[in-house]
Amino acid sequence: MEFPDDLKYTKNDEWIRVEGDSGTAGISDYAQDQLSDIVYVEVTAAIGDEVEKGEAFALVESVKAAVDVYMPVTGKITEVNEALIDTPELVNSDPYGQAWMVKFEVSDPSQLDDLMDVEAYKQSIEKRSN
Amino acid sequence: MIEPRIYDLSSPGRMAVRLPESDVELSKLPDHLVREDLPLPELSELDVVRHFVRLSQLNHSIDTGFYPLGSCTMKYNPKVNEDAARLPGFAFSHPFQDQELSQGNLILMYQLQEWLKEIGGFAGVSLQPAAGAHGELAGLLIIQAYHRDRGDHKRRKILVPDSAHGTNPASTTMAGMEVIELPSDPRGNIDLEKLRQICDETVAGVMLTNPNTLGLFEEHVLEVSKQVHGCGGLMYGDGANMNALLGVVRPGDLGFDVLHYNLHKTFSTPHGGGGPGSGPVGVSEQLIDFLPGPVVDIVDPGDEDLPPLYGLVGPEKSIGRVKAFHGHFGIFVRAYTYMRMLGKAGLRDVADHAVLNANYLRVKLRDTYHIPFDRTCMHEFVAEGRWADAPDIHALDISKRLMDYGFHPPTNYFPLIVHEALMIEPTETESKETLDAFVNAMLSIAEEARSRPELLKNAPHKTPFGRLDEVKAAKELVLCCQPVEVPES
Repeated sequence: MEFPDDLKYTKNDEWIRVEGDSGTAGISDYAQDQLSDIVYVEVTAAIGDEVEKGEAFALVESVKAAVDVYMPVTGKITEVNEALIDTPELVNSDPYGQAWMVKFEVSDPSQLDDLMDVEAYKQSIEKRSN
Repeated sequence: MIEPRIYDLSSPGRMAVRLPESDVELSKLPDHLVREDLPLPELSELDVVRHFVRLSQLNHSIDTGFYPLGSCTMKYNPKVNEDAARLPGFAFSHPFQDQELSQGNLILMYQLQEWLKEIGGFAGVSLQPAAGAHGELAGLLIIQAYHRDRGDHKRRKILVPDSAHGTNPASTTMAGMEVIELPSDPRGNIDLEKLRQICDETVAGVMLTNPNTLGLFEEHVLEVSKQVHGCGGLMYGDGANMNALLGVVRPGDLGFDVLHYNLHKTFSTPHGGGGPGSGPVGVSEQLIDFLPGPVVDIVDPGDEDLPPLYGLVGPEKSIGRVKAFHGHFGIFVRAYTYMRMLGKAGLRDVADHAVLNANYLRVKLRDTYHIPFDRTCMHEFVAEGRWADAPDIHALDISKRLMDYGFHPPTNYFPLIVHEALMIEPTETESKETLDAFVNAMLSIAEEARSRPELLKNAPHKTPFGRLDEVKAAKELVLCCQPVEVPES
């Protein structure tokens, strides 16, 4: 399993990549592995929506379970990954790349401090797996 | 294809029944009601019988094998229930029959309401809801109506533990309320500290499945009840797991204000494709007026010469009707028969044996399968279907392989708080020999997982169909009963 070290992670297994004022979010390799084959992704947030930290912005469904995906930090949605509608399996094959889910303007950069860096995230997975 | 579709067996002009020549003039249906585009299959009676009997033989059912599908309570459905439901007085009655001509049916419904009140410790029961989740929705609407009636419109949140039945959050959303998830503590109980933090004047109530989907009795239930009531909320009980409590604990005594029963689980009426469900709701005194109606009551007490008269009445502030006519009446007859056959002591035995059987399996399997919340369970328990030294094997593979041993798989991947969950519920109707055979199969599979993992990965091998492509099934839905062009793959 891969966990890029330039990302921040949440305890619900979302990742966020920050470039300037802009954030990109999706779900982690661990999350896709736990869910197994993803069959459906719906980004429920629309472009222009201001979504609060911890509020659901997408729904991911696998053969095992359906889960909500939550905003790592508050942000205004600027882009939604339409490709996931027809090719949800991208979440399995490329969770940090082609399977990004939303891009947004980060409203309050200080919220990023509450998220986990890669080492803390790896430890949290370790703890949960046992 | 092992069995062709019924459309593929069709032969133009063939029919099962030939009516005699009509000796009166035929009257034609109005043109706008006549369809030309409905190509129903044309078959003889024998073709139809063979087709459906063959299909039924491809299926697994409680009448053909052990069915430890966790939280579904796939117990044996005694055939005497079917006898009773087929008595002509019940089978040929009509919901539009006059009250005076329906006294037998109404008395049966009244008695069933009374027994469900007694079993759950409730003040009122409505038999209307058609299934468990329907009972949940009715119960939530009752809770909403109660708060509104008090002029309290702030309460929009329902607290749902992460070990609750999956339908609970869905029913909450359906009722237009907001789901707040409550985490479990390390013993599988509700995290009381978290509850304390979020219980406020916006909480309409909590939905508690007890025993929960880990098969564990909620040890904090009295404290949860106190806290939720303390902040003005109500306690909803998901009675899907009532099988474990029959005659032992009454949810009403634990502080539950509303609870739905599943007649098709606890009270042995058919389900899992075998018949409609039935999800009566029981309520505490303060909620009686809000019950879905009509309910059955004694409308005239009678006198020395006349027996009491039973009739349908609408509770005063009822949330209204939630089902056509009177609910699934045929199911009431079966559940009533089950209760009559077992009696008070027999119902208590159901709970005792359900709990004994589950614990027997748990203890027999605990050295081979990791059981994360390993304490005395109620009617079911949850094991992990994974081993560090068999990294490719998942709960799904174990389940598929179980089919080769002739068993229905346990519930997979639920509850979500257990990795690779296998939720196992044997029910009380299985013998020790059957339980031992299941244990042996589970132990063999654990061994195969190490020695011949491909046996599991490619399972099942002995069923009419091998491993199905679940991803394709989920992504490429074909919801059509007519022959469709299937591309060569």
